[in-house]
Amino acid sequence: MHLAPDPELAAFRQEVRAFIAANLPAAVRRTLERGGRADRAELTAWTRTLHARGWAVPHWPQRWGGTGWDPLRLMIFRDEIQRFPAPETLSFGTSMLGPVLYTFGSEAQQQRFLPRIATLEDWWCQGFSEPGAGSDLASLTTRAVREGEAYILDGQKAWTSYAQYADWMFLLARTDKTATKQRGISFLLVDLRSPGITIQPTRTIDGGAEVNEVFFDSVRVPAANLVGEEHRGWDYAKFLLAHERSGHARVGLAKLRLRLVREAAGDLLADPGFHRRLVALEAEVKALEMTQLRVVSEERRVATGASDPVASILKIRGSELQQAAAALWLEAAGPDAQRWTENDDGSDAASAWLNLRKLSIYGGSNEIQRTIIAKTVLGL
Amino acid sequence: MTMDFAPSEEQRLLVDTLRRALKADEAVARILASLDQTSGWSRLRWQALADLGVLALPFEEADGGLAASPETMMLAMIEFGRAVVIEPVWSTLILGGSAVRHAGSAAQRERLIARIIDGSLTLAFAHGEPGSRWQRTLVRTRARCTDGQWHLTGQKHTVLFGASADEIVVSARCFGSDDAAEGIGLFLVPAAAAGLSRKGYRTQDALEAADLVLDEVVGEPLGDTSLGAAALERILDDATAGAIAEAVGAMEEALQLTIGYLKTRQQFGRPIGDFQALQHRAANLYIAVEQARSMAFYAAAAQHEAGPARSAALAAALAVTITSARLVAEEAIQLHGGIGMTMEYRLGHLVKRLAMLEPRFGSREVVLDQLARHGGLAGEM
Repeated sequence: MHLAPDPELAAFRQEVRAFIAANLPAAVRRTLERGGRADRAELTAWTRTLHARGWAVPHWPQRWGGTGWDPLRLMIFRDEIQRFPAPETLSFGTSMLGPVLYTFGSEAQQQRFLPRIATLEDWWCQGFSEPGAGSDLASLTTRAVREGEAYILDGQKAWTSYAQYADWMFLLARTDKTATKQRGISFLLVDLRSPGITIQPTRTIDGGAEVNEVFFDSVRVPAANLVGEEHRGWDYAKFLLAHERSGHARVGLAKLRLRLVREAAGDLLADPGFHRRLVALEAEVKALEMTQLRVVSEERRVATGASDPVASILKIRGSELQQAAAALWLEAAGPDAQRWTENDDGSDAASAWLNLRKLSIYGGSNEIQRTIIAKTVLGL
Repeated sequence: MTMDFAPSEEQRLLVDTLRRALKADEAVARILASLDQTSGWSRLRWQALADLGVLALPFEEADGGLAASPETMMLAMIEFGRAVVIEPVWSTLILGGSAVRHAGSAAQRERLIARIIDGSLTLAFAHGEPGSRWQRTLVRTRARCTDGQWHLTGQKHTVLFGASADEIVVSARCFGSDDAAEGIGLFLVPAAAAGLSRKGYRTQDALEAADLVLDEVVGEPLGDTSLGAAALERILDDATAGAIAEAVGAMEEALQLTIGYLKTRQQFGRPIGDFQALQHRAANLYIAVEQARSMAFYAAAAQHEAGPARSAALAAALAVTITSARLVAEEAIQLHGGIGMTMEYRLGHLVKRLAMLEPRFGSREVVLDQLARHGGLAGEM
């Protein structure tokens, strides 16, 4: 055990930071600092800037454009992107579908989709949740019936983030009603321009329009768009969710928010109570970062692909700390926080506080994560 | 060298050796027996630690020690915490030992360290005073130099192992206002010194402690009196790292006992661990313990650094540890029910050790204020 800071990793961090500083448009940075997000054109341009440097999909296998970095460097890269702040690449493609495709997809699917994910030529969204299938995802009822060389898709997805921008959706649909609920599910890739699809925005209390309902009415999906084996979709979804969870620590975003709170606080720092709350959160964020380092180093040592149940800690604490930072931002904003400006980018303190309620709900709610810890780690 | 969280072969061996020697599962019998004796701790067990080489851990090789890294000391302190050790580890290896290491002259190190290592000398570190409430530089005890001799006058409170220590390191003010960082010196005072009176008692967690009154006690400057403030920072930072690791050990043991209890205790015809209300609370405890463990690693890493960055990092680590320790202490008892409150069961003694974290090393608010004075961790955000 040796924990002294590693100069090589520090140099790598500086290299990433310098690249972002030299290449990210100042306007995008300012938007993100205000709590907003990059629009589609800005995200596409930034993704291609990263791609030109070879950094759009660093965690992918080198064959598909990955960098071959070890997990520590991947973690530092993501941390720098988040804390700068620069836009993260669209996770539905790069972090969720990408790994599923290069692990379980056909050669044709890999050739067709992976390069376009890496450059954001295709905008992907995720079709998992349904009105009746949230935490109990396997109870989903959207069904796909095989007819010749296609599946006919009927049903409804809910809480679909950014479906309004999306070209494609990966989704889970029931292909065998007779099997036990996990066994009869398949993983399909759906072109959203297909006839029979309706997308309706869901307005949320933060004033945003991130999420949508998506309806499928006899939508034809070519059988070639089935990922892996029929009825095995649940396994791929579990693989995907495990990958997603370890990305939920978002330590860099918590760092960013606390930095912005410190800047916004001004005279409030003279209030010992506020100052204590702020430094306490900074300490908690550091604890999360160290936990993430431990998880990542463990990965490096044992080098297994299996998900670490400790990743549930990262999801729970990562979401809680971002929410706590948002609460502190709300406190720093003072009476001004009352102003309601209906917009789409959550760029004020109250909207951010409202918007970030989502963190403890999605990606497996924090209650689901606690159950995972109790059962898998503690053996209860 | 890159960051590496895996214990080395040597570190694993040390942990195994300590576990076998300290016998965490016999803590209750040890503590209850000690409460019936005037001297609260066992010379025999202290000698056993000396024979294992454990008392040589923190000292430099040139002084006959093993020059254990901060990481190794952390692993050792976790084991001491697990076993709720009541021997003078705190006063002799950590506080007093750090004082001798960081401030002592070559001659003093030669005179003292060999005897610490062979188990024949124990130390105490007398710093806190009535009303000083963990303010690091608030020292009202005065040191006056007349005819080339230093005379110390004042009061020191809750000095761990102060009644049984052979030599006591005393902080005293040579000049300056009561809370100035400059002007603090460290002095060695033998237990039998004229003008020193010691009133011994036991702490909640079965350690020995004493209140001291010094009346013109002759003290020997520990190293150079002008370096006292810097040495004090080092000593208290070492103590903070030790406190964090000890608490992590106690928390891990308390969590394990609690999980074991949830699995075996039957009510309503099933193990109480089947109830989701309790499962989620147990998960929260696990998260809290892991956060503190992460901060013990952070504290060890920080000890490779120097100056205010080190003190800030250690304050941050202590703050998180305190938060976790409060939760674990309260929830572990609640999840156990009444059994968790009895003197006959080990959990209560782990909880008592955890409950002393704040009274001993600073309340959460005071620690956060220390961190705030250092600018928080803004530089790392």
